[in-house]
Amino acid sequence: MEKLDSLLLQEIAGMHDIPMGAYNIRKNGEGLSRRSTANIEIRPKTDKPGIDIIVAPGTVNESVHIPVIITQTGIDDLVYNDFYIGDGADVLIVAGCGIHNSGDSKSQHDGIHTFHIGKNAHVKYVEKHYGEGDGLGERILNPVTAVEQGENSVCEMEMVQIKGVDSTKRDTKASLAAGAKLIVTERLLTHGKQEALSNIEVRLNGADSSAQIISRTVAKDSSKQVFYYNAVGNDKCRAHVQCDSIIMDNATVSSIPGITANSAYAQIIHEAAIGRINNDQLVKLMTFGLTEEEAEEIIISGFLK
Amino acid sequence: MLELQNISFGVDTDAGKLEIIDDVSLTVADGSFTVITGPNGGGKSTLAKLIMGIEKPTSGKIIYNGEDITPLSVTERAKKGIGYAFQQPPRFKGLTVRRLLSLAAGATLPEDECCSYLTGVGLCSKDYLNREMDASLSGGEAKRIEIATLMARNLGLAIFDEPEAGIDLWSFSMLVKSFRAMSSGRHNSVLVISHQERIMDLADNMIVIADGRLKNQGTKEEVLPTLMGEFNQECDFRGKENADGKA
Repeated sequence: MEKLDSLLLQEIAGMHDIPMGAYNIRKNGEGLSRRSTANIEIRPKTDKPGIDIIVAPGTVNESVHIPVIITQTGIDDLVYNDFYIGDGADVLIVAGCGIHNSGDSKSQHDGIHTFHIGKNAHVKYVEKHYGEGDGLGERILNPVTAVEQGENSVCEMEMVQIKGVDSTKRDTKASLAAGAKLIVTERLLTHGKQEALSNIEVRLNGADSSAQIISRTVAKDSSKQVFYYNAVGNDKCRAHVQCDSIIMDNATVSSIPGITANSAYAQIIHEAAIGRINNDQLVKLMTFGLTEEEAEEIIISGFLK
Repeated sequence: MLELQNISFGVDTDAGKLEIIDDVSLTVADGSFTVITGPNGGGKSTLAKLIMGIEKPTSGKIIYNGEDITPLSVTERAKKGIGYAFQQPPRFKGLTVRRLLSLAAGATLPEDECCSYLTGVGLCSKDYLNREMDASLSGGEAKRIEIATLMARNLGLAIFDEPEAGIDLWSFSMLVKSFRAMSSGRHNSVLVISHQERIMDLADNMIVIADGRLKNQGTKEEVLPTLMGEFNQECDFRGKENADGKA
């Protein structure tokens, strides 16, 4: 593996080497290497770019790594990944995309992910987006994620974008059957002239389903963030949407809530707050001997942790 | 030693200039336990903030260990060994109590050391170490953690702004014990803003601030007896009660 590749992989997937378990590494629009295991099959699609990831029912304590890296300028990579998680399985999926663009053309990766999560299954999905490179070419990531959760399944999604992505438009849709539970944590930092748009729509269709969406974001410089979060309760269910943003410099942040109850037994809460770093917080850390800049850094990194 | 020389601090209001601190001069000797007391709104917290550098005086000088620190920032004063516990501690989303204590100490603290500071303020350490210093903590809990952050530092001058506020009666004895240990322990000088007699009992130097001015300074034996008499007269309803002959 080239040095740049391994640095990007470490950044997005915490991989120091070829990971344990099943994996698929995609580089510059092509599959680089792949491994299936006895319980997790990774199969390339024949009709379009992408893979099917099939996790056998009852598979526990296994992981799948599917990182994507782009190191050439001017790549426009569209990929379809479909996950089929068998009933009762318990797996960790590590995805993410790292772009190193040192050229002047834009590099873009659009990952279209569909999750079919079986009954009583538990999925933890971690996705990190990262961009670097000193070229003028933009680094763009537009992920689309659709999640179908079976009865009593649990899906935890952690989506992180901290650095270097110029423009991102994220679309996430989930529908939950009875007793299913979804937890989405989104953490985002934008700087420079970056733009980020995130749409999340959760449909709680089954009785006793629940969803929790937690978004923590920091907008610096002249960057722009827009969030549309919509929770729709179609049965007895609970949903809690919580958006917290720190705004700095000349940034703009819009947080647009949408909550809909189509059942008298749906309980849906939306909380949103946008504000500057509190001066008392800065002063408190400065009384420990930290400079204002160090204090700011600690507050932001804690907030995005 | 800390010396305030003719410190004044004023703010501009619609009604003109308002003097919050008016020509205050005082000294805090090395190794002393000093309690500042006086009526609410008298300027005690402002005085503490002026010493920490959170506010800058409109005139006067602050001398610390022989050096004029008046122009120094909060950060620079902190590096010289001055610490300040807020009356209303700020909350931090995502910052654990353990991390906060480590930031205070300037190094990653081992678990047992963090625990000993938390125990010192009457908190069961295992419940709090990994909790976030956010709005989920009650006022009293946050206040005690705030005090613990000062205990985690080695200070030349530790300033506490009403440490007893919001702390329940049961924990208060523990707190008094901790302050007693502090006055003979790791901090060279301790300056506490307080209205509590049990904290005043620890003082070897007392300062009374009212209407932005230094009203009295001396040992607790000298100052304590004058306190009640002096502020009784300023307290309207009490005067009326006495006039009616009611207790």
